[in-house]
Amino acid sequence: MKIMVAVKRVVDYAVKIRVKPDKTGVETQNVKMSMNPFCEIALEEALRIRESGLASEVVAVSVGPAQCVDTLRTGLAMGADRGIHVEFKEEGGLNPLSVAKVLTALVEAEKPGLLILGKQAIDDDCNQTGQMLAGLLKWPQGTFASKVTLDKEKQVATVDREVDGGIETVLLDLPAVITTDLRLNQPRYATLPNIMKAKSKVIKKYTPEDLNVEIKSDLEVLQVMEPPKRKAGVIISSVDELIDKLKNEARVI
Amino acid sequence: MATRALIGALSKATFRLPTHRFLSVGPIPRFASTLVIAEHEGGSIKAPSLSAVEAAKSLDKDNSISMLLAGSGPSLQEAAAHAVSCHPSVSKVLVADSDKFMHPLAEPWARLIQLVQQRENFSHIVAASGSFGKNILPRAAALLDVSPVTDVVEISESTKFVRPIYAGNALCTVRYTGAHPCMLTIRSTSFQVQPDSTETKAHNAPISQVDLSTFEAADTIGKSQYVKLTSQESERPDLGNARIVVTGGRGLKSAENFKMLEKLAEKLGAAVGATRAAVDAGFVPNDLQVGQTGKIVAPELYLAFGVSGAIQHLAGMRDSKVIVAVNKDADAPIFQVADYGLVGNLFEVIPELLEKLPEKK
Repeated sequence: MKIMVAVKRVVDYAVKIRVKPDKTGVETQNVKMSMNPFCEIALEEALRIRESGLASEVVAVSVGPAQCVDTLRTGLAMGADRGIHVEFKEEGGLNPLSVAKVLTALVEAEKPGLLILGKQAIDDDCNQTGQMLAGLLKWPQGTFASKVTLDKEKQVATVDREVDGGIETVLLDLPAVITTDLRLNQPRYATLPNIMKAKSKVIKKYTPEDLNVEIKSDLEVLQVMEPPKRKAGVIISSVDELIDKLKNEARVI
Repeated sequence: MATRALIGALSKATFRLPTHRFLSVGPIPRFASTLVIAEHEGGSIKAPSLSAVEAAKSLDKDNSISMLLAGSGPSLQEAAAHAVSCHPSVSKVLVADSDKFMHPLAEPWARLIQLVQQRENFSHIVAASGSFGKNILPRAAALLDVSPVTDVVEISESTKFVRPIYAGNALCTVRYTGAHPCMLTIRSTSFQVQPDSTETKAHNAPISQVDLSTFEAADTIGKSQYVKLTSQESERPDLGNARIVVTGGRGLKSAENFKMLEKLAEKLGAAVGATRAAVDAGFVPNDLQVGQTGKIVAPELYLAFGVSGAIQHLAGMRDSKVIVAVNKDADAPIFQVADYGLVGNLFEVIPELLEKLPEKK
């Protein structure tokens, strides 16, 4: 079985982002970019499944500008067998529906038995692509996964999902789409020899036109603003003062 | 007067006329008609779904709001009975009764939404942005070939929304320009239900059963099965809706010490939350995590103990009315958002608070 993993290049999670002065978006020039943390977890899970002998190949896919190749190289250095880059130059023009359509076209070409994605990208915080992809493919979905167990004989996956109020377990017929939550695993670091090896691995290039996917957006960004600043707080010195403030000033207890 | 009213009506009509962009993809109906996807439990509509109705109300003043419930058996009927009078803005309750909806699986639910939309042609479909809504709405949107909008915190026009991006460090205003339905999940803490609106007993919306005869069994239905839900039983208020939230971070050091926090929560009638560090260290279960990837809370009072205040955690609590931070590190970023900060050892502060806090009424 082949596993396909979608990875996204985003502003590194530790960077304090800056909103552009003209309010058109967030500054991404000269900012550290990395693989979206949830995508790392997705890739790690795919590699573990391959290492346990339940999959033969892990293909990493990224959709976006030329620099996405760096993200794919990171994925290859972690252990993915090969990469696919669907190049789309126009920045900001990609929404989850378009990405899901691109991935659907790739699934038709590559015929993977399992798709793993992160549950959300930490830049747009959409939490949509995996669900949309499953819908387009008419495959079952296991979102927010904290545990995945595959049964090769029965061709099913048991997925523990992090839902409001606890953990929900579902049983999915393969092929299926799984999106990963933070608790699924601890992604590995790429070692230097593996980084070197990754340089010779293949990254196949496509454009959306090659895949017959029209990228269109039905959402228009009007402006991006900084959230309102909270007014400065005070440092207090004792528990008594705290209780007094909460009772008489803030009136919350 | 009459002329003036006519001119008023005309200018309004012009204002609502679809622009060329809308025309290319199909006109948005003149008046909003909204479907709210509701969750129910134990025979009543869950609070976040009522927030979704509140949000739907602000889409358009002439909005007609229908609520969709699905499930099976007596608990669904009970929930439907509750739904008809749960909010004065609900004008119709649609009920889909089938074993397929016994559990909140995305595959049958998304198909159901698609089916109902094809029949009733709503201009908007709204759900609360909990794990249920986030799971099913994007799938339904893909089936209907539209882009959904996640986690809306403000509605300024029927197609203009504000949503947080980058862990709440930026607010993005978007306009939906696609075909209908315009689909959104809303952040329930941003659309508080007015207390008087839930008590209108006189109001009674009609119930109509969704005809499921064309709900095909093939396709994806049956490719997923519900196995079980492992939930944490708790007598404390629900984290998402609590008036007071007490949160612990890595500074608590152990699961044992978290009990101290639970005692404090009990005394305050508060819910307990946690940071990712506390969850990863095994102090508390995952569903207590507050942050970008956990729950978003906006209580009246948020008390953070031993929480450093990472970007990802702040994303989940920065809209709280009053924030109190107790941390021994005076440089912890949490103090930059706290209204009241106390630099000190939480192992001394919590017992003192327990002792000195007034008994709750």
